[in-house]
Amino acid sequence: MKKVKYQLIIGLEVHVELKTKSKMFCGCSADYFGKEPNTHVCPVCLGLPGALPVPNKTAIEWCVMIGLALNCEIPLFSKFDRKNYFYPDLPKGYQISQYDQPFAVNGLVNIKSEIRNPKSETNSNDKNTKTIRIRRVHMEEDTAKLVHQFGAQSARLQLPSRQYRDGGQAKRKAQNSEGFSLIDFNRSGVPLVEIVTEPDFESATEVVEYLKKLQQIVRYLDVSNADMEKGEMRLEPNVSLRSRNTTNTTNKQILPIYKVEVKNINSFRFVEKAINYEVERQKAILESGKTPVQETRGWDEKKGITVTQRVKEEAMDYRYFPEPDIPPIRWSQSQISKIKTQIPELPDKRSLRFQKEYSLSTYDSEILTKDKQTANYFEEAVRVGKTHNTSPKQISNVIINKKIDIDTILPAQLIQNILISMQTATINEKELKKIVKEILGKNQKAVEDYKKGKVQVIGFLIGQVKQTIKLSLDTEKVKKVIEKVLKTY
Amino acid sequence: MNLNQLTIKQAQEGLKNEKFSSVELTKACLEQIKKLNPQINAFITVCEDSVLHEAKKADDLASQGETLEAKPLLGIPIALKDLFSTKGIKTTAGSKVLENYIPPYDATVVKKLKDAGAVIIGKTNLDAWAHGSSGENSDFGPTKNPWNTEYVPGGSSSGSAAALTADMCLASTGTDTGGSVRLPASFCNVVGLKPTYGRVSRYGIIAMASSLDSIGHFTKTVEDSAILLNITAGHDDFDATTPGVDVQNYTKNLNNEVKGIKIGVPKEYVTKGLDKNVQTRFEQALKILERLGAIIEEVSLPHTEYGNAAYYIIQPSEASSNLARYDGIRYGNDRSYFGDEAKRRIMLGTYTLSAGYYDAYYKKAMQVRTLIKKDFNEAFKKIDAIVTPVSPTPPWKIGEKINDPLKMYLSDIFTVTANLAGIPGLSVPMGFVNELPVGMQILGPQFSEGLLFQIGYAFEQETNWYKMKSKL
Repeated sequence: MKKVKYQLIIGLEVHVELKTKSKMFCGCSADYFGKEPNTHVCPVCLGLPGALPVPNKTAIEWCVMIGLALNCEIPLFSKFDRKNYFYPDLPKGYQISQYDQPFAVNGLVNIKSEIRNPKSETNSNDKNTKTIRIRRVHMEEDTAKLVHQFGAQSARLQLPSRQYRDGGQAKRKAQNSEGFSLIDFNRSGVPLVEIVTEPDFESATEVVEYLKKLQQIVRYLDVSNADMEKGEMRLEPNVSLRSRNTTNTTNKQILPIYKVEVKNINSFRFVEKAINYEVERQKAILESGKTPVQETRGWDEKKGITVTQRVKEEAMDYRYFPEPDIPPIRWSQSQISKIKTQIPELPDKRSLRFQKEYSLSTYDSEILTKDKQTANYFEEAVRVGKTHNTSPKQISNVIINKKIDIDTILPAQLIQNILISMQTATINEKELKKIVKEILGKNQKAVEDYKKGKVQVIGFLIGQVKQTIKLSLDTEKVKKVIEKVLKTY
Repeated sequence: MNLNQLTIKQAQEGLKNEKFSSVELTKACLEQIKKLNPQINAFITVCEDSVLHEAKKADDLASQGETLEAKPLLGIPIALKDLFSTKGIKTTAGSKVLENYIPPYDATVVKKLKDAGAVIIGKTNLDAWAHGSSGENSDFGPTKNPWNTEYVPGGSSSGSAAALTADMCLASTGTDTGGSVRLPASFCNVVGLKPTYGRVSRYGIIAMASSLDSIGHFTKTVEDSAILLNITAGHDDFDATTPGVDVQNYTKNLNNEVKGIKIGVPKEYVTKGLDKNVQTRFEQALKILERLGAIIEEVSLPHTEYGNAAYYIIQPSEASSNLARYDGIRYGNDRSYFGDEAKRRIMLGTYTLSAGYYDAYYKKAMQVRTLIKKDFNEAFKKIDAIVTPVSPTPPWKIGEKINDPLKMYLSDIFTVTANLAGIPGLSVPMGFVNELPVGMQILGPQFSEGLLFQIGYAFEQETNWYKMKSKL
């Protein structure tokens, strides 16, 4: 296989659903998953005549938080824009989004990469660290959910894609074919944060690493559960191949002449599959001397392939203009600083701190800081454990190896369990002997008494040993060791 | 005098002193509607049953001691332009697209009026989607001017102005995006207020052009107008474009007169297109203001000539987007039911927003808009208020301009600049030309409605044009 011939170039658009109480532009509940259709609706999210949008302040602050967590700049002026197009799941006939002045720009995320590139930063510990540049982070509202009911006949409804211009025709078409479509507006207006990267990815593995990192960050910020299966985090990779032969240091900046957008990837396990399928598909076309068509393709998880959705002969004209119903947002520097203070210690930083503060390995730190709950649990256990002389390393080992259920066992209980387990655990005989000798050295009189025949004095000596070691030891065992040592005196 | 000929102020007093009941007052209005509406076509929906029911309730509340302070409009019959969402009452926007649409909620202003005790007598006719200056673009037939039924009453709030001047109600509401309250007010000899943009909530009112729509009203007198603004003005949590500016008591300073007030007359408004008779009336009005003690000065608003062009790019752009929701999927009929003028504006607006043209049209027009606003800002540094004729011509005959949309658009040249700048305007009657009413508008800085009322009241009390009634 000519492995080196083509370089893979991927840019990502990720949508993160915020877990605010209410929707982006109205007071309806944003918690739509699994709810009865059209029960979380109002004139605003239904797009009724006369309805107006009022922005959700928390959602905007959380969007800025995400931007800051991704090391973005936060411009002091930002606004909403209307993105105009027709589709039945878009009640107003336009989506309120952000076009040219988003809330956050020019950030970066560091991920682990398996690709050895002499130019990328090398972490002295292990793998390469790759920097993914974040182009922008902006806010928009989610659309309603379409449910397609197919008829008894096997014919699958040819779904019009979002470029369909005539709504009336689509409706009549849907009614005349075998089947119909239903619209659930519970999801309409739910806040979405869109995170767009530069085309910095060079492999599907890197994409997965990035997604995991992004998911981790938004979970740490507690702004989204980012569950892909529930649609709380959605991915749209733009995949292209570029011939490596023409690449030299100056040509590196030239982008490929086409890109293919892939939609409908609904879980982590399909990310790599879908991208790799797409790469092979494009490679085959390029190797035959042709250029892949610039289009949007959908991932068909049952067949394991991507299928063409609609060919974009020309880019859709969304006729963006500033949203006149929402005044622009003018931040003060202090407002941004205040939002920054609400950001908890993020996973990468926390992991480094664990390594330093608790003398843990990179591997262990990363497992402990994988999610915030576990990391918090660990540090609470360390705090409790201090008074019982339990080391962070011990606690770490137990949490990682014994797969503790942190929801049911409180940190204090965990420490207790550790102590108890150490009780029955064998203490190093040498250690014990050493301490016994020390105790006997300090208690000459007791030793003499014992030698004289006062065997009860051993009770006192056992007590002394136990006090020194500060663990619940097997009394019989301690007794035996003391007796053994005394025999040598 | 018949009860339906009263002003709000007079009706308030009459009701308070139990000279008559709200039911009687409402019945008088309903009778007038029955008598004249077939001719005038001011109403799309008359709420005969519900309004009498509400009037009865109002009378009951009054007898239980409900005060004017708590409910200033208790029992007063008011008509609403059919752009205002009324819960349970058909709201058509004057278009066949919504001919059977019944909103599940009230607009904020409707709620405020109802909370103040007003009874809703009906929904008035209008140019469909507020697209028009004459009332002839309604899908439900044109409204006639009660002063001469062969002439237009002005638009787009045609029905509201006609209904009021024909004494079918005691007040009516409207929207003013490019003159749609001030123009029909001037053509029907009533007072029309276009408040500062954002002074009154737009929530629940079918949007025409979101950055230009101003929610106003028609009354027989300036005092009545102030009474209504006291109720409709204020910040609304459901409208992000309503600032938290306090609502003063607009009736307080009505009597302060105009001595020493500097009033500017923009020289650019005396153009070739200004009808000689209208100009005469206007100059007479200026003399009256001078006699009352105002200082009349010439000012310049240099970018006036670009106002109409900028307006007819910005407004259709926003309107084209606002009409996109009428796809017939969730409510109403589908797009094939749109009338010609609506289609015209949708196409125009889509074009001016499209890729490759956005910078040359929409963006450019918005930049011109800033210059127009600056003109007013500069002028208001030297003078307190501006007066101009509302329309370059008196009312025209029905059918005269309908085949020439551009000619129709030119009737807006004096009114659109106030919408572009977001400033308030009060239209007051200034006399008649060939027995047809003409009006004068008073413009002021943002949130200066109190001053406009003050000037308008002094002029009105001196001229008494409002006392004239149409022959119907």
